[in-house]
Amino acid sequence: MAQMKFMCDAERCIECNGCVTACKNANDVEWGIQRRRVVTLNDGESDEMSISVACMHCDDAPCMAVCPTDCFYKTDDGIVLHDKDLCIGCGYCLYACPFGAPQFPQQDAFGERGKMDKCTFCAGGPAETKEEEYEKYGANRIAEGKLPLCAEMCSTKALLAGDAQDVADIFRQRVVHRGHEDGAWSNNPKASADNLAYDAARKG
Amino acid sequence: MNQLTAQAPGGVPHLTHWQGVWRWLLLAFALVLSLGVAQVVHAQADPDREMSTGAPGIDADQWRQVRSGETGDNYRTSRYESDYNLINSSGETWRQWRNRWVSPFGLIVIGGMIVIITLFYLIVGRKELEGERTGRKLFRWPLFLRALHWSVASLFIVLALTGLNLLFGKFVFRGLFGDAFWGGMISASKFLHNYLGPIFGVLLIVLLVCLIKDNIPKKHDLEWFKKGGGMVGKKHVDAGFANGGEKAWYWILATVGVLVVASGFVLDFPNFGQGRDTMQWANIIHAVGALGLTAVSIGHIYIGTLGTEGSLEGMTTGYVDETWAKEHHNLWYEEVKDQSVSEQELVDRRASKGAGDSPATRSS
Repeated sequence: MAQMKFMCDAERCIECNGCVTACKNANDVEWGIQRRRVVTLNDGESDEMSISVACMHCDDAPCMAVCPTDCFYKTDDGIVLHDKDLCIGCGYCLYACPFGAPQFPQQDAFGERGKMDKCTFCAGGPAETKEEEYEKYGANRIAEGKLPLCAEMCSTKALLAGDAQDVADIFRQRVVHRGHEDGAWSNNPKASADNLAYDAARKG
Repeated sequence: MNQLTAQAPGGVPHLTHWQGVWRWLLLAFALVLSLGVAQVVHAQADPDREMSTGAPGIDADQWRQVRSGETGDNYRTSRYESDYNLINSSGETWRQWRNRWVSPFGLIVIGGMIVIITLFYLIVGRKELEGERTGRKLFRWPLFLRALHWSVASLFIVLALTGLNLLFGKFVFRGLFGDAFWGGMISASKFLHNYLGPIFGVLLIVLLVCLIKDNIPKKHDLEWFKKGGGMVGKKHVDAGFANGGEKAWYWILATVGVLVVASGFVLDFPNFGQGRDTMQWANIIHAVGALGLTAVSIGHIYIGTLGTEGSLEGMTTGYVDETWAKEHHNLWYEEVKDQSVSEQELVDRRASKGAGDSPATRSS
């Protein structure tokens, strides 16, 4: 049983927005909705940093916890999906989500938001037929044994998707080769206390 | 290395012993040399070198800033018309407020109210009229106010039920009726709640404005509360057109009710572009206020129907019995007792021009 995760290596992301485009294309996402976004901190400064964000398929997903219709569910692969037939567009998942992942096609008076849309980890959603699934949720690449297109197409391989263990292994290897004592995530001097690079090297 | 050379003669039998050894030694030397070269290449991933030439890493302060929800001047997000920060830091707070506090305590407050009222009814029972009905009636609620009251009341009940369904329904009805029915039910709940809510809001304000002059607090209201509305000492306490309890209900609606209506408007009209954070707070205020109102309204409904003999007819027919007025609103009774009409007069009056006549004068 895999536990699917995204991870964006902020040291590698070059803010090309390829993931955003790949996602829109693979899933034929509705106009105005962008399931993935690239956030840039300190744009134009020497410490500029970019990171690609979408639904992170949380273990303890806040959207699931607050949904009044209980339309969310978790697949065996740890992917958080939702049933658009049950969604009433109340917006609670958006209030709760740490990553701003849920989006709505409308934002009209009387709380008319339409059905919520978010990243499905390219795993589609509940539907009777494949056509209906594609229409409502986009591609189901997981069923075809493929990973999400955003990560597959990432030109610098900053965005990683897959089983949490594999993603962690790849990242750990990178950390070892980068040689940062503190795991390449920060310049925090305290980080050497749990020297990630050293541990990783010993594990091979 | 020793193993290699030792095995070599067996591996190449057509060469002489010494030649074989030399060849293998040479090969081994080349291998060792290449290893050395590889180490030089590997040494380029030297931590110090990387630190001095690479882009500076993201320091802990920056991640702390991201976590706190701040965005900063040079923050960019590629999503169209979005100013959402990287991390919605108040989202989890809202979730905990809603799921850990509002939801369970709302259930306790409303369930508790139902239990208390049921026990009160079973133990103390209905408040009957002490004296005989005189058969003479006093006009209390004109048609317009009755219509307004029942409109607000029915809307309140629909909003309370649909609101409760939005908060608790998934724990009960989804498992009970299945997805197809539940989907329709919850979608209808949201639709009714969002479209009837604003109508309720407007009508509530109109009702509050119409009734304000009857609900100005007076000195005798304090006495009314001290005596628990007559429950302490079993004596009648002074009350004007509205007694202390009714005034309290009025002012709860005028404060909490208005707050619930206002926060409801914030939630119901996202088209004005209010953000996530605003709506999180509006939602908590709305839920806490509405659950409180629902609990108190159960008390109001009980007192107005089952709990007190002779109260409901005032709001249905507009007229109350003299005895009821004397026992529950003595000060008002003293003012209007000369305006009482007999039932026969009432029937005649209705036959001639309907019930839309002017009410007896009031005073709080």
